[in-house]
Amino acid sequence: MSVIIQSLSRNKFYNWAYKNLFSSWVNTIMTIIAIIFVYEIGTFFLNWAIFSADFRTNFQGELITDRTFCSKNISPGEYGACWAIIYARWDQFMYGLYPIEETWRVNITYALLPLAIIGILFDKLPYRKLFIYFTFLFPFIAYFMLYGGPGLSTVGTNKWGGLLVTLFLGVTGIGLAFPLSILLALGRRSKMPIIKSLCVVFIEFIRGVPLITLLFTANVMLPLFLPDGVNPDNLLRALVAVTLFQSAYMAEAIRGGLQAIPKGHIEAADALGLTYWQTTRKIILPQALKIAIPPIVNTCIGLFKDTSLVLIIGLFDLLGIGRAALADMTWTKLYYEVYVFISLVFFIFCFGMSRYSLYLEKKLKTDNS
Amino acid sequence: MEQVIHLEKVNKWFDDFHVLKDIDLTVTKGQKIVVCGPSGSGKSTMIRCINRLEAHQKGHITVHGTELTNDLKNIDIIRKNVGMVFQQFNLFPHLSVLDNISLAPIWVKKMPKKDAEEIAMSYLEKVKIPEQAKKFPGQLSGGQQQRVAIARSLAMNPDIMLFDEPTSALDPEMIKEVLDVMIQLAEEGMTMLVVTHEMGFAKTVADQMIFMDEGKIIEQATPDQFFNNPKSNRTKLFLSQILNH
Ligand SMILES: Nc1ncnc2c1ncn2[C@@H]1O[C@H](COP(=O)(O)OP(=O)(O)OP(=O)(O)O)[C@@H](O)[C@H]1O
Ligand SMILES: [Mg+2]
Repeated sequence: MSVIIQSLSRNKFYNWAYKNLFSSWVNTIMTIIAIIFVYEIGTFFLNWAIFSADFRTNFQGELITDRTFCSKNISPGEYGACWAIIYARWDQFMYGLYPIEETWRVNITYALLPLAIIGILFDKLPYRKLFIYFTFLFPFIAYFMLYGGPGLSTVGTNKWGGLLVTLFLGVTGIGLAFPLSILLALGRRSKMPIIKSLCVVFIEFIRGVPLITLLFTANVMLPLFLPDGVNPDNLLRALVAVTLFQSAYMAEAIRGGLQAIPKGHIEAADALGLTYWQTTRKIILPQALKIAIPPIVNTCIGLFKDTSLVLIIGLFDLLGIGRAALADMTWTKLYYEVYVFISLVFFIFCFGMSRYSLYLEKKLKTDNS
Repeated sequence: MEQVIHLEKVNKWFDDFHVLKDIDLTVTKGQKIVVCGPSGSGKSTMIRCINRLEAHQKGHITVHGTELTNDLKNIDIIRKNVGMVFQQFNLFPHLSVLDNISLAPIWVKKMPKKDAEEIAMSYLEKVKIPEQAKKFPGQLSGGQQQRVAIARSLAMNPDIMLFDEPTSALDPEMIKEVLDVMIQLAEEGMTMLVVTHEMGFAKTVADQMIFMDEGKIIEQATPDQFFNNPKSNRTKLFLSQILNH
């Protein structure tokens, strides 16, 4: 039996391969070139990153405590990456300058984050309501855990860094931008001319300006708008810029969803006597957001990567920490290791979001048929 | 007879296109009025003015003594008393049949969910599809969807029902099931204003026939007079076109 299945599936593979890879001479040559190319790059990379790389010790078995211990620096040309820099700087990559004895607080927050998000992502999740309650509770827990409060010592945001800053800006920025973007998208379609033009001007202005400009502006201008003595810290300023930036893009994605709702649904709701806000909440948004989630997720991927720009205004996000590590004389010149590691971390999060978006698109198709 | 809808010299323009021209119409309690006329004559616009889906610019519309103005309070009062059924059903596709029907009782009438769902079920029985309660609109046939739309309107307990070509988006074999529900409703004494070209239905149900053309009411008469002895030539021409095809 299993032999039959095997030969069947092998047959299938041959058929597929023949049809797609070797159907003509040109196709065959392209396939072979591509295979060689992928093989060369792949083996080179794997060799560099894993097989001839140092992790904590070098080829002589010594613990690597600075760059001079890296195998590739002892015996140039023979060895690959020296990941010891990542080990040595791990705490900074994860927490920045957060006090080491307090990092358990960050770990708990990291561990709770998926629980806070999962309820939003999957509408068929068992006990979804409880998860959603937790989603709304999470910001308060996270604030208490990360910043401190009764019973926990205060850790100023100037000590935050690395993945903590990247995730804080990404998650909080997206979380705050979401309600704002709904209001902006609704406002842009409002019949009230003043509200409408305010929203249009805001959205178009933000979309017309690079994030870096907004970050600089928030950094320099925000204190001017606030009363004397109120001096928001750098992280908060960056958060304001990131939130405004994201809300404009999300608003456009949501507007696309709003436009897809037939006018008849709104008329039916009007005829039943529902108010504007009831119609919006119960009829329009549930449908519009469902359509808009894939493009919304795309804007989130963009934002998540863009948070790395905050290093320009002196914040140490993942990339900032990486550059600080490279500036350290004991580790300098290990560029590839640091950038590959940072890319990998960003990739994990962005790829996750991208897969989720694909999953949703497929689900939307099956839901609608 | 108590007069429930009153239109007096109603005029409406879409930009500079004059859609409704001096419309006068009185509907008394329990009356069934069927409106017909060629495409673009303003039938939909007229009945959509009655629950303010469109705003008129001149003249007066009163429903149960409440005049339709820009005053949102009046609009709310009137919409609570007036139900509407559309050509395209306009069910909410993301809600189950039961939720479609119980939504307005819960949110507009602030009814407890359980009561609203009981009412929804009773109206689903009335339109003869209680077994579809848990399905979504996309899983129903056109005729079933339109019956849900009727139940959804009725669940708000209106005393006037407006119908805008309720059967013209349906396949022929489904028209009867919807008309049967409407006939039953008429027999129960509902006040009905129906735009339709189903002349069989009109003959069975209507107290009054209205023929509209180019934004005007050309002729208003009892069905007997309207079909057998129409006064206007335009009505004659229209009737010959629609009865002979
Ligand atoms: N929102 C609108 N803006 C501009 N013109 C409109 C609008 N709605 C309707 N019209 C125009 O007003 C006229 C009357 O439209 P209405 O829908 O009332 O006609 P109708 O008698 O219901 O026709 P049908 O039998 O095709 O439904 C038509 O010429 C139509 O093009
Ligand atoms: Mg019409």
